[in-house]
This record gives sequence, structure tokens and C-alpha cells, in this order.
Amino acid sequence: MIERDEVLHVARLARLGLDEDEVEPLAAELSSVLDHIAKIGELDLEGVTPTTHVVDVTGALRADEPRPCLPREVALSQAPAAKDGGFLVPSPQA
Amino acid sequence: MSASATDLLELSGAGAIEAASAGSVTAPELFDLYRERAVEHGGPDGLNCFTWVAPEAPEGVPVDGPLSGVPLAAKDLFCTRDVPSQAGSRILEGYRPPYTATAVSRLIDAGAPLLAKTNQDEFAMGSSTENSAFGPALNPWDRTRVPGGSSGGSAAAVAGGLAPWALGTDTGGSIRQPAALCGIVGLKPTYGAVSRYGMIAFASSLDQAGPLTRDVTDAATMLAHMVGQDPCDATSLAFPEQIAMPRAEKLDGVRLGVPAELLHPSAELDAAALQPGVRDAFDATLALAERLGAEVEEVHLRHAEHALAAYYLIAPSEASSNLARFDGVRYGMRAPDVDDLLDMYTRTRHDGFGAEVKRRIMLGTYALSAGYYEAYYGRAQRVRTKIAEDFRQAFAGVDFIVTPTSAGVAFALGEKTADPWAMYLNDYFTVPMSLAGIPALSLPCGLSGDGDGPGGAGLPVGFQIAGPAFSENRLLDAAFALEQAIGFDGSPARV
Repeated sequence: MIERDEVLHVARLARLGLDEDEVEPLAAELSSVLDHIAKIGELDLEGVTPTTHVVDVTGALRADEPRPCLPREVALSQAPAAKDGGFLVPSPQA
Repeated sequence: MSASATDLLELSGAGAIEAASAGSVTAPELFDLYRERAVEHGGPDGLNCFTWVAPEAPEGVPVDGPLSGVPLAAKDLFCTRDVPSQAGSRILEGYRPPYTATAVSRLIDAGAPLLAKTNQDEFAMGSSTENSAFGPALNPWDRTRVPGGSSGGSAAAVAGGLAPWALGTDTGGSIRQPAALCGIVGLKPTYGAVSRYGMIAFASSLDQAGPLTRDVTDAATMLAHMVGQDPCDATSLAFPEQIAMPRAEKLDGVRLGVPAELLHPSAELDAAALQPGVRDAFDATLALAERLGAEVEEVHLRHAEHALAAYYLIAPSEASSNLARFDGVRYGMRAPDVDDLLDMYTRTRHDGFGAEVKRRIMLGTYALSAGYYEAYYGRAQRVRTKIAEDFRQAFAGVDFIVTPTSAGVAFALGEKTADPWAMYLNDYFTVPMSLAGIPALSLPCGLSGDGDGPGGAGLPVGFQIAGPAFSENRLLDAAFALEQAIGFDGSPARV
């Protein structure tokens, strides 16, 4: 069972603002989903290698050479705010 | 033009290529014909399957390409240069990418102009297209029902005849399930067969682009112009052979495996129980396959019934990481009047994400957090290894594994939105293949009969065929033979 405090802790980790009336339903929904998922805790998975890549591949290496990237003004064109050739954000401590 | 507009709209993509080559229609005529229909029937007053329709025929499409100007619809989450691409989310409102996804640009380079972007569940999280900032798309067979999801806009557009064919993406069933619910063909290729570059990411170890089409030949035609290694996606692979046009008429000697664990699940999974009409259509298709020469036998996928649990740990975990980039800094929206940087992050994400996306970010963040990582994500990745092994063993004895694509036919709007797990159960038959990275195709195999809920009769049923990695050519061939024998009629869904 996921408690209210745990929901608020995870939301802080996820940088996700929640309204007061979102907290309790999320606690209930997450608890319910985790109940269904709990079954895999019963499987014997001793010595099983976790999947890191599902299709057999050899390392995809390429030469480490500089290549052109997006022009600065194009990269900034979609930003909510930009200034002096950079992304503009509010101060970390107001 | 000499052929009538109605005749042209009835053509499959490959049929339209033929008509264009024969000179009975020109590429601009075909584009205008579809554009007019897309505007009239594809918006909020119609099927709501499109989030954007091209204002005019795009420039820069080669006129002599093999796709001969047959227009393309692409799921909203494909980045398309200077064209709105917001993955069905409010948080990307106003975003116009500076580049185009490889899967889309390859089809454009082959001569398919971009007609429209299609509606989807936000960030591809959902099985009904109800989790969209644009509102739900509707199923053209019955507009009180969902088209499935998350590529529901693509499926509705193709089934409704508003696009000749469409691109979708499949993470746990998001091409196959909407194809099934809309009575069209949907193919999830082998993981890595198609570049993911420019696809707005959901779960990177699972996401794969694929075609949604009126028939199997069109799926092969699109796929042939999508596959291949891309320097921009290090997980993409060179497809080991050319994609051929399917021609098989028989299934002589083809061995089809029906997985016992999925078709007779334990009591815990009762909610995924097959509707009788789906079971009937599935059984009838197996019988038909036998008449075509196939051998049907039972196979075992010992861990398949744990696939859903593993999937709903792995996919949200990867999503919580991928979606960290939406923070109001580089693209999309930013919450107004914020106090400081942290406040901007949390309020932008609060305002921009919908309920299901928030749920999955929370689930994924929880599963990856200190103290839980090994119990959840670590275990899920081990289950994934077992599931992939199960498939490899099964394919030692059979050529393909077959299941219904979805346990039920298209359900009513709003029917499953209250209970997240009820919605997740839609993915029951499709996530095992996703976790194993293998190709799987949904083929319309008939209409459901009575007994599938109020008004559930007469809705399409999908037959899922899955093969080993890179078996797409054999898979398409087998599906083609079945398709010819089934003779499914998708015309009642045309708008």
C-alpha cells in the first residue's frame, strides 16, 4: 500500500507538481497497479541475466569526429524564453 | 481524372501507386482528394483522427519515387520539420521540430507526401486514444467506441478511408491493438529494424515504428521503405534481406503455435478473458489456416503470463526517465508566473502532462527509486530475459506464434478510463512480443458475433501472428495467404 507521504516524495523526485485532490487517487491507483505487479516477486529468477538489449547486437561504434549540429538560433527557436544565445530560465533561488 | 473519386479512395496504397503509374490519376490529384476528405471528416467534428492536415501539397517530395505520390499520415509523435509534433500532449503545445524523423523522411524520400499528423494517446501511453490533449479519436465502425491506441488516430484514418496508409508506433501493442479494433493491418517490426530517430520517446528499449494499412501488401510496401540502419539511432540495425512483396497462396508445412499460457491463463487474469466472438473468429481463422496447409499445435511460453507485470514496470521506468526532458526549458510550454527554477519545473509538468502520463511517471519513478530498484526494475528485466528465451525455444518447434490481438472488440468511450489496470489488460496478448523484440502483425480476421457486450456484434477482430527476429518476409507471406483466404471486407468503416 502506497501512503500519501510516499506519493509526495516520489512526486518531488519526479519534479511533478500535484494538486491536493490528485494525491489520494494516485496513492490508490499506484497501490492497485503494484498489487497486480507483485506476482513477479514469486518467480525464481536466481542467476537470470537482466535484459540490456533484446536483439543480439555488437557494439555500435563510430569514429569520434566533430560534425555540424543544429545552428544555435534554430536550437533556441522553440524555447519558451531565450536570451544572449542561451536558454533563459528563472533563478534557482528566488 | 478518368477514374471516379470514389474508386480512387477505395484503392489501397499499392493500388494507388499502380493507378498513378498507369496515368489514371496524378499525384497532386490524389493528394487534393485525400486532403479535402481529411479536412472534412478527420477533425473534431468527424473522427478526430487528425491533429494537423497539410494546408497544401508539400514541396520537396520526389515526383518519380516508388511510392508515386501516395499521401502519408504519421502519428503525432514523429518529429516533422516545421509541422506541429506534440505527441498528443499539452506540454509540447506549439512545438515545431527543426528536423524530421528518419522513418518519415525515408517514406517522403520514396515519394509519399505528408498529408496529416494523427491523434494518439499522450506520449503513446494508452490503449484507447482517450488520453489525448486533442480529445479522443473515434472508431469508424461505431463512433461511440474507441479506435484502440495508442496509434488510434492512424488506425481510424486508414480504416475510415481518410488516408491510404499511416505510420504508427508500438511499445506494448500500440500499432497492433488499434489495427485490430479498426479492422486493418498493423505491423510491429523487429526491434531495431526501423530507426527511432525523431520519434518522441516513450520506452526506448521497446518503441518501434511500423505501418498501419488496409492490407498486407501495403504493410510490406511501407516497410520496404522504412527499414535499415541509421547513424542517428545506434540501436538500429541493417535489415538482413530485402523486404519482398508477399505472394504466398498456401501455408503448406507452416507450423503455427498457440501459446497455452496466454489462451488459458490462470484465474488471476480472468479480466483478460476472451470475448466469445473473438474466440470464435480466432478459432475459425486457425481452421482456415489448416485448410491452407498449416499445422496448428500448442506451444508453451512459461513466463508469458508475467509479461504484463514486467512491461508495466519496464515501460513506466523508461518513460519516467525519457519524460524528464519536458521541463519548460528547451521546447513546448512553460507555466506562467513561477517563483524559481524548481517551481517552473514542477508547475510546467503539472500543467502540461495528463493524468495517465502523471500516473506512469510516478510508477516509473517509484520503481527506480532507492530501495525498490532491484525488487521492481531489476526483476522485471530478468523476467524479460525469460520471456525472450521462451519465444526462442518455441520457435525451435514452430514457425509462428498466433493469438488474438486483443481479448475484446472495440469498447465504448469511457468504459475503461476509471480503472488503470482494466485498460492495461488490453495489452495482454501484445506485450510478450514487445518484450522479446520480435515482429508481430495484426490481421483483420472477421467480425464478432453476438455475446460481446451490448452492441458488440459486427465489430472487427484481429489475429496476431508473431515470428522470430527479422522474419518479416515470412510473416508477411503467411499473413498474405491468410488474408486472401479470409477475404475481410473493411468497406463498412469508410466514411
